[in-house]
Amino acid sequence: MAVKVAGRAASAGPARHGGQPEPAEFIQLLTPEGERVDHPDYPLDISADEIRALYRDLVLIRRIDFEAIALQRQGELGIWASLLGQEAAQVGSGRALLPTDMAFPTYREHGVAWCRGLDPTKLLELFRGVSHGGWDPKAHNFHLYTIVIGSQTLHATGYAMGIQRDGAVGEDGEAVIAYFGDGATSQGDVNEAFIWASVANAPIVFFCQNNQWAISEPLERQSRVPLYLRAHGFGFPGVRVDGNDVLACLAVTRKAMQAAREGQGPTLIEAFTYRMGAHTTTDDPTRYRLAAELETWKLKDPVERVKAYLVRTNSADEKFFAALDAEAAQVGARIRKSCLEMPDPDPRTMFENVYAEPNALLESERDQYLSYLDSFEEDAR
Amino acid sequence: MTRLALSKALNEGLRKALENDPKVLIMGEDVGKLGGVFRVTDGLQKDFGEARVVDTPLAESGIIGTAIGLALRGYRPVCEIQFDGFVFPAFDQITTQLAKMRFRSRGNLSLPVVVRIPCGGGIGAVEHHSESPEALFTHTAGLRVVACGDPADAYEMIQLSISCDDPVIFFEPKRRYWDRAEVDTAGGLATALPLSKAKTVASGTDVTVLCYGPMVRTCVAAAVAAGKEGRSLEVIDLRSLSPLDTGTIFESVRRTGRCVVAHEAPVTGGLGAEIAARVTEECFYQIEAPVLRVGGFSTPYPPSRLEEHYLPDLDRVLDAVDRTFNY
Repeated sequence: MAVKVAGRAASAGPARHGGQPEPAEFIQLLTPEGERVDHPDYPLDISADEIRALYRDLVLIRRIDFEAIALQRQGELGIWASLLGQEAAQVGSGRALLPTDMAFPTYREHGVAWCRGLDPTKLLELFRGVSHGGWDPKAHNFHLYTIVIGSQTLHATGYAMGIQRDGAVGEDGEAVIAYFGDGATSQGDVNEAFIWASVANAPIVFFCQNNQWAISEPLERQSRVPLYLRAHGFGFPGVRVDGNDVLACLAVTRKAMQAAREGQGPTLIEAFTYRMGAHTTTDDPTRYRLAAELETWKLKDPVERVKAYLVRTNSADEKFFAALDAEAAQVGARIRKSCLEMPDPDPRTMFENVYAEPNALLESERDQYLSYLDSFEEDAR
Repeated sequence: MTRLALSKALNEGLRKALENDPKVLIMGEDVGKLGGVFRVTDGLQKDFGEARVVDTPLAESGIIGTAIGLALRGYRPVCEIQFDGFVFPAFDQITTQLAKMRFRSRGNLSLPVVVRIPCGGGIGAVEHHSESPEALFTHTAGLRVVACGDPADAYEMIQLSISCDDPVIFFEPKRRYWDRAEVDTAGGLATALPLSKAKTVASGTDVTVLCYGPMVRTCVAAAVAAGKEGRSLEVIDLRSLSPLDTGTIFESVRRTGRCVVAHEAPVTGGLGAEIAARVTEECFYQIEAPVLRVGGFSTPYPPSRLEEHYLPDLDRVLDAVDRTFNY
């Protein structure tokens, strides 16, 4: 901490009004020790079955993430953006959505993708370099991964404006959730999205996973105020939730989405969490952060606290955990197999889907390139 | 037939599109009550309501970004960028998102968004109000880029662009907004020239002059002047800048053996350079001279008291024509 304070003083001058977020002012329903706590604004009536289901999501998505990192290390993926540490934020918010809601992810929302029913293999396609995404967003109401930071928040806002024009706000209404990170809050597009959504009173929830790090830059390089407080300046509510608490993320997102569906406009949710791994597999966090920080956050692990709750309350037995371990192994093996079996795309597909209508230039480039390729085969014969 | 100014022809085209398809929206800065700074959207908000003719916050990236979202929801937004030099805050959304979504989604998503941009100089404006950034967009795969040059085309091309399933960057020659011509607003689009086709606006035999947008009128005038001196220019209004109607271009150049490309944009790295390369590749044995380009200089757009030196006029077009006979 002393290092950070010194860094601030050197580069940004003395903090006038709270450069660092205040300690742990957030909505929490399950403590790191696995104890249920209540919050007057976010009552959550949830069965043991439902909590077990959430735990299953958390375990399986962590396993998928683990498998993907391994595949990258073995040269099977070009890169992988790990969600380690953010499972609760993604599963909690993802399970708060109705099938009719629309989600706009960044490139790290593997847990949300899982909740929306997208085959994780589709995510691997992108990171293997087989496609730029390529799934049908309409099939799961889960938009394509967006790599340019913050761009998707405007798409999400426009989509929400479309919901309004379709008259789909109110009872049985639809809403949109836009995912982004702490770094993205500095982007013009995100601020413009806040303005548009606010002025239009659009049915949208802005879900910011503040994982404390934008690659190597800590939060104080992005903001001198807690991120959730920014919402007030734009004219809609902001709330900070314990992003490592799946129950709180579920309850807070549910409430915000319902408000949006009913026509009460946007909410900014700041899920206060931690990127336990590297930014991507190309990154080396030891260059910019202390190992001790990670150790502190390990005590707040989003998966372990649910397990502690299930054990503490006798809501799950050894058989349940063993079966889940077996299922996780199976899921891991399945996506590994699909990844290894993924064929490289045919070069001719490069020339497809650039335009809706046939394009003579592309057709000619394709034909010339294919006959160029053929010329090598002829030589080989 | 009705005699309409180019701006009014666009207005009528937009009105038709709004009438014919409830999914068509107009969005931009000051497009509502004011009717746009050039009055292209005049009266549309009054007739179609604030939900369909949307006065947006003043942020260009937001205009295009939200238009993408609306298109994903099934709408067909027509965005107005108030001036050419203000498109750059939206350049990221246009090039990284709008242009690429179909490819990224392997054809699962279409973004039928039109981005209208008043372009070019000649109106005595301050900086950022006179630019011709079309080459930045023709260089971007996934975008259709068009420019209208006369009122009849303005009326038809805006409607064809709105019904196109690809994103279309639609350049409007702002110094020609007040040009008047006969426009058939009664007929449908069945007989309209396809959006991807160039149009021969003056037939000739000695030199092919390729142009678009504000330069069409200049080049037609140059053809008339050249005719008086016994030289026959064939003037082609390209209309579609991406894709280029190379069939029409090559056919003409093969016949005339000479080619001049005229645009307001700087010639360096401009569309004329691309055309010159393609004509050279495809018509090498038929051309008598290198393809010559007439355009803006490789400088930023100058203060307006200098713009008559910067903008290619009739004499500079004729000078290039003369030079093609020096080889």
